[in-house]
Amino acid sequence: MTETENIYKKRQILSAQIDLSKFNKKNFDKATDEEKKQQEVMGESSSFLKDGLRRLRKNHMAMASIIILIALIVAIIVIPMIVPYSYSDMITVNGHRDGTAVNLPPMYYSQRELQYMQETGEKLFPHILGTDSLGRDYFIRVVYGTRVSLSVGVVSAVMVLIIGVIYGTISGYFGGKVDLIMMRIVDIIYSLPDMLIIILLSVVLNARLTPLIKGTVLAKLGGNMLAMFIVFALLYWVGMARLVRGQILSIKNNEYILAAKAIGTPNGQIMRKHIVPNVLSIIIITTALQVPSAIFTESYLSFLGLGVNLPMTSLGSLANDARATITSAPYRLLVPALVIVVIVLALNLIGDGLRDAFDSKLN
Amino acid sequence: MSENEKKPLLKVEHLKQYFPVSQGFHKIPLKAVDDISFEIMPGETLGLVGESGCGKTTVGRTILRLYEPTAGRIAFEDQVLFDSGELYDEEGNQILDEKGRPKKGRRVEVNMLPYRKKMQMVFQDPYSSLDPRMTVEEIVGEPLDTHHLYKNKKERREKVLSLLETVGLNAEHAMRYAHEFSGGQRQRIGIARALAVNPSFIVCDEAVSALDVSIQAQVLNMFEDLQDKLGIAYLFIAHDLLVVQHISDRIAVMYLGHMMEIADADELMNHPIHPYTLSLLSAIPIPDPETARHSHRIILEGDVPSPLHMPTGCPFRTRCKYATEKCAMERPPLTDRGNGHKCACWNR
Amino acid sequence: MSEENNLLLEVDNLHTSFFTDAGEVKAVNGVTFNLEKGKTLGIVGESGSGKSVTAYSIMQILAETGRVVEGEIRYKGEDITKWDEKKLSKYRGEKVSIIFQDPMTSLNPVFTIGYQLKEAILLHTNKNKDEAWKRAVEMLTLVGVNEPESRMKQYPFELSGGMRQRVMIAMALCCEPDILIADEPTTALDVTIQAQILELMQDLQKKLGMAIIMVTHDLGVIASMCDEIIVMYGGRVCERGTADDIFYHPAHEYTKGLLRSIPTTENMNERLVPIGGTPINLLNMPKGCAFCPRCENAMKICLEEVPEEYQVGEHHRASCWMNVMDLYESEEAKA
Repeated sequence: MTETENIYKKRQILSAQIDLSKFNKKNFDKATDEEKKQQEVMGESSSFLKDGLRRLRKNHMAMASIIILIALIVAIIVIPMIVPYSYSDMITVNGHRDGTAVNLPPMYYSQRELQYMQETGEKLFPHILGTDSLGRDYFIRVVYGTRVSLSVGVVSAVMVLIIGVIYGTISGYFGGKVDLIMMRIVDIIYSLPDMLIIILLSVVLNARLTPLIKGTVLAKLGGNMLAMFIVFALLYWVGMARLVRGQILSIKNNEYILAAKAIGTPNGQIMRKHIVPNVLSIIIITTALQVPSAIFTESYLSFLGLGVNLPMTSLGSLANDARATITSAPYRLLVPALVIVVIVLALNLIGDGLRDAFDSKLN
Repeated sequence: MSENEKKPLLKVEHLKQYFPVSQGFHKIPLKAVDDISFEIMPGETLGLVGESGCGKTTVGRTILRLYEPTAGRIAFEDQVLFDSGELYDEEGNQILDEKGRPKKGRRVEVNMLPYRKKMQMVFQDPYSSLDPRMTVEEIVGEPLDTHHLYKNKKERREKVLSLLETVGLNAEHAMRYAHEFSGGQRQRIGIARALAVNPSFIVCDEAVSALDVSIQAQVLNMFEDLQDKLGIAYLFIAHDLLVVQHISDRIAVMYLGHMMEIADADELMNHPIHPYTLSLLSAIPIPDPETARHSHRIILEGDVPSPLHMPTGCPFRTRCKYATEKCAMERPPLTDRGNGHKCACWNR
Repeated sequence: MSEENNLLLEVDNLHTSFFTDAGEVKAVNGVTFNLEKGKTLGIVGESGSGKSVTAYSIMQILAETGRVVEGEIRYKGEDITKWDEKKLSKYRGEKVSIIFQDPMTSLNPVFTIGYQLKEAILLHTNKNKDEAWKRAVEMLTLVGVNEPESRMKQYPFELSGGMRQRVMIAMALCCEPDILIADEPTTALDVTIQAQILELMQDLQKKLGMAIIMVTHDLGVIASMCDEIIVMYGGRVCERGTADDIFYHPAHEYTKGLLRSIPTTENMNERLVPIGGTPINLLNMPKGCAFCPRCENAMKICLEEVPEEYQVGEHHRASCWMNVMDLYESEEAKA
């Protein structure tokens, strides 16, 4: 080192430029390593998850959506425990069916109920959204409809997730001929007109399934509903599969995959430890965005009368029923429609927020 | 011991690596590596230089059999890892049968798993070579898992920490994720991962190219220290001749998948023979104004030809000022010019 | 008066920051320099030294989160940081041009070379289409592209890296700007091609007389072609001077360390002397000298105060407390 040092001829600054009196000898003492270390502090350790959550928390729209959605889920779980009315039966007063409680406006009581309250002094639970044409409490029907719609959305998104991820991972990782054949199958499914297939399949499947599930828990949901799940699973995974495959193709090119191979890591472990965790964020985001699209389709089918079996209801079928009374009671159409809008919007905003926070390509 | 030292650690003979490339409806071979032979002694560093697309990275990956070689023979510590079975005579010409087809011997393909412990790799890009979803401990521990190199969790952790210490990182770093480190530190993590299995040979594929000069020197010194301490042999692949000459005992120069020249580092830097090596040397920007002002650059005309449309004969002849008719007719063989200095050129 | 005419660009106490959600990243912290007509200025530094951000600030092409927070950039006496977009778009390309490291990403892959060159010419001049075409061919000939007429019809992917960089230079120079900023122009290229491009830039400077700002991390690239060199670290200028000053009389500890750590043909059998530590964290800048955490000779004062810039030679200035210490000690010895 001294040798190289000697090559450099020293130059000194001209004393005229500087007032040396402001310095003292102490200034020029050597700094200790510790003092130097203090100057460079490594930032707080933050994992990918922490980083993403921090970004997500800053996204006000997404956070508001999450709060609204959670509130909604809590509501549809809790409300049926509090409200003493059933979604399927006519209002009863003192054990007797109340024929006068038909088409009540919001917050009104029927004549019989008023009479009952006068007689006993007991206060009955109000009909927040009135009653429908069969004398059922409309508020509780909306709550049940939301339950059904949300679960349809979540269940079909999960099914799409499972099929799509497995299919896409295999196709993307192995590549070559496997990929070629698997992706052509996807192309074929993609080219089918999905609405037509959904309607045809749900009609056919409904007829086949209804006798099969008789007497089981599933019967309550009805063949239509099950048909709808199957249809979703059969058709909508292709988008997920394509996406996962594309992601894997790009991740496969990273040197850390090559490094794992150089180490001798077996294929299965490379997939599990390196590939899947790296596509996970994209998968979660897409799943979050899949839920509203399923809810939409379900509402659409229910609106066409292909939805859940009566007396079970969903937001779509509520809207369908409300068409008859659209002039006298427009709120019966507006309320379920509004709930659909809120759910779909919230889920979309959450999905977008997740993408902004976790998709590494955007950061 | 002296007997032992003469035996090469790695012996590569007539290695070819072609990749099929679709052009229109048919596939033509891209000859990334075309008939290359070399040896690496235990504890030695062989530098491999060349411009982008010359096949140097492919050589490194093919030796580790991350790619399946098209032809040739790779032997490591007396064990043949791969042999496509082509036969060659003493002078290196392929032996043909009566019908003019290449005569074939036995094909050998060995399961690489036990050899992954002895041959490792350090990658170019310190960003993409570490899994962003893993902590440093998981990254460095992965080879330990694969080869079952520990008895219990405690031993695994101890091993990881001692590896980190070897490369100048500490326990505090173990729980962090790769993205929190600078390029130089990431490269250290990559080196720790390679060292985990205690290899005797490491392919360093442009391992310092992405680093800043001051950090590059840190990592280069570390490679040298590790070699002194552990006796590891390196195949040091880089495009920067100054870096390669600094770390290597011998240097090989590649151009378009061919080996042009191979010699001791000093010999190659001071007495280059091949016109390509000459121009490569003169093109290096010298960080010294005085020398730079007076040096005369041999500026090569034109670009490297596409490896899909390789020139006949010598691959360098299209840019070579010495090129003659013979260069277009026949590929020059790599001949010994004394002292183990080999060069493939008809005219020099 | 004549001196003023020669002054093209004055960068005065430039501070540029990026506002990310992790905090303010102070990329440039008070950079000052002047550029005269026809001269070549080299800016050298490692990643994170602020060299590219300085260049982008001059072009006013910072990313959305980036902003010049303090200081002035005067082009012929006018502060461009106060200009509106309309005025800036005339300034970019006509007065100052930039070429980037990766010519593939700076050319649009869906248009031919000729179309892109022509568009650039039409945008900045009032030539008609035929004239623009002629000018484009002329420019390609100038930058040494063979068969320019047929190259004009090719797409960027059909050209090699070196050719693409030539096309980029042609595009940058088609309006005869006063200043050409080259941001790591040869980093993505092979050595033999790099030599061609550097030669070409020097030739063109002789022919067209533009000033060049050469931004690079490679000391070898700037050793031969710059009139003045600025060494940057942590967004500040460490040292400035001629190539000889910087290479033979380095007066800043960082420059010295940098010169020791590069492998050369002379030190091939010696051990390199690296600079220890890790690169600077711009989110968390040291209070004093930016380099002090990595500096072997750091003193108490280095931790506390940012060193001022003092003259150490005729054109040679450095900001390092070591120089002040030397002076202090020699004065003390005299007394």
